[in-house]
Amino acid sequence: MYKRFRVKEKIIEGALFLSALSSVFVTFGIIAVLFFETYEFFKEVSIIDFLIDTQWTPLFAEKHFGILPLFAGTFLSTAIAMAVSLPIGLISAIYLSEYASEKLRTAIKPILEVLAAVPTVVYGYFALLFVTPILQKLVSGLSGFNSLSPGIVMGIMIIPIIASLSEDAMHAVPMSLREGALALGSTKFQVSIKVVLPAAFSGIAASFILGVSRAVGETMIVAIAAGQQPRLTLNPLVPIETVTAYIVQVSLGDTPTGTIEYKTIFAAGMSLFVVTFFLNMISYWLKKRFREEYE
Amino acid sequence: MSNEIKGSRVRGQGPAPAGFKQGSEVRRALNKFYDRAFSVVGLIATMVGLAVLLTLLIDVFMDGASRLGWQFLTSYPSRKPEQAGILSAWVGTVWVMALTFIIAFPLGVAAAVYLEEYSKKNWLRDFIEINIANLAGVPSIIYGLLGLGLFVRALSLDRSVISGSATIALLVLPIIILSTREALKAIPPSIREASYALGASKWQTISYQVLPAAMPGILTGTILAMSRAIGETAPLITIGALTYVAFLPTSPISSEFPFLSLRGLFDAFSVLPIQIFNWVSRPQKGFFTNAAAGIIVLLIITFLMNGIAVWLRHKYQKRIRW
Repeated sequence: MYKRFRVKEKIIEGALFLSALSSVFVTFGIIAVLFFETYEFFKEVSIIDFLIDTQWTPLFAEKHFGILPLFAGTFLSTAIAMAVSLPIGLISAIYLSEYASEKLRTAIKPILEVLAAVPTVVYGYFALLFVTPILQKLVSGLSGFNSLSPGIVMGIMIIPIIASLSEDAMHAVPMSLREGALALGSTKFQVSIKVVLPAAFSGIAASFILGVSRAVGETMIVAIAAGQQPRLTLNPLVPIETVTAYIVQVSLGDTPTGTIEYKTIFAAGMSLFVVTFFLNMISYWLKKRFREEYE
Repeated sequence: MSNEIKGSRVRGQGPAPAGFKQGSEVRRALNKFYDRAFSVVGLIATMVGLAVLLTLLIDVFMDGASRLGWQFLTSYPSRKPEQAGILSAWVGTVWVMALTFIIAFPLGVAAAVYLEEYSKKNWLRDFIEINIANLAGVPSIIYGLLGLGLFVRALSLDRSVISGSATIALLVLPIIILSTREALKAIPPSIREASYALGASKWQTISYQVLPAAMPGILTGTILAMSRAIGETAPLITIGALTYVAFLPTSPISSEFPFLSLRGLFDAFSVLPIQIFNWVSRPQKGFFTNAAAGIIVLLIITFLMNGIAVWLRHKYQKRIRW
């Protein structure tokens, strides 16, 4: 009886262990799938062309496979998003952590989280049909598809990530540091900027990098509102295409397996995965370091 | 300038020269002004998100509310905007969500139980942990490529409901694992010790004591994960979910023996966010109205799920005091 008991316990533990390992299988699955198709892709296209060619036209008769225009689009929309979300998110975080009453804090935080819960396709609609028309009245020469409007909307979507994580980091700064500065006659503002902000720096940096990673991987907003024209430009007023939007564009068409068009989305996905992987790892490391500092 | 700052630092240590004092007064006034100004700027910045959220809701509601109705919910998509509806889309969403839950919930909870209750602190656990943290940050479209390569092609499941659900399940798995672990961490060791003292085995302790106690927390995390899953568009487009579907997956309940059918798993499908995307990307204005109406339905479901999760968390946080 007792032995059967032990066997059952062992079987359950084994099953649980396999479930925990499943996440490792997922990572290997992602890497294997991306690697396999990308390898096939580089049999036909030289890696040098992929990295330095300034045109991306796999869907045209005259094919060019330079990833730069797609990454220029991703970079541009990400930069705009961060220019919106970093100042607003950081100021909100300082305000919530150092100035706001406990009551306001607990009321505002869940509302900010709602911003992060809105499906991205909804933000895409908002960018294309609300923000772009308004911007067109303010900025002359803004075309119907552009990176400015989706960039701004993406920035708004990322505010809660920056605000919430930075606020957590600031909240973890020991009270004694603040008290020391206050005792020397500093104002709250001085304490926030000169004591809390530097002390929470690695946590804030982690939130920023996580925000960048989110913006780089964001798909639907740019697929809807930024256009489908790969273009090596830093002009926010013209249509562009990001890496993610390109994958969507090809997936919508009927592209048979094994064609070069089909392989391009995996090569594009592989580059995207590598970039976000490094960003996530840096963010993870920064967060961990910050935790070790104060806890 | 530097003299003035020094002056303010030694404030209160005997009489300072007249020039010093004046400088520190100005400095102090300026600092106070910055302080006040920031309390206003900070409030405004915090409200920006809120204002945009409200604008978005009002905009979508004004655009789409007139289109909502019974006909909209019970019609297939159509070339004529005023006849089109979201029937195949919302039925597809229900299918995918149900299957995603069936796949991801047991797997995620089991993984979390292992990591939290069984595993020892060693390199393997560290590796799995870093791995999960990284997976949580992988862009959703990459999961779409995984689904395309693995489920659609390698396992030849085609662009079916099961391919889509499996893809979304892998996407939400890290979120469920992370939140379940948090819930398990919140159960104090004394509960486990009491159970062991009564002679229970490890698994009995977990299944009879720990899991039931942690269930509200686990469910909260799972509902939040599902509410994210319901809005996912990109991975399903990537695996090739159709944008125009004028049929429903085969019903799981049939009138003939054995009354249950799994054929629906292998049927093609669409989901609500894809239908919305399809309508937004069309040039005709009439479809924008449909998109807005679809968005209202999607947002209602998303907010409802979030509301339930927050309510659950709130309710149990208050009641249970260990």
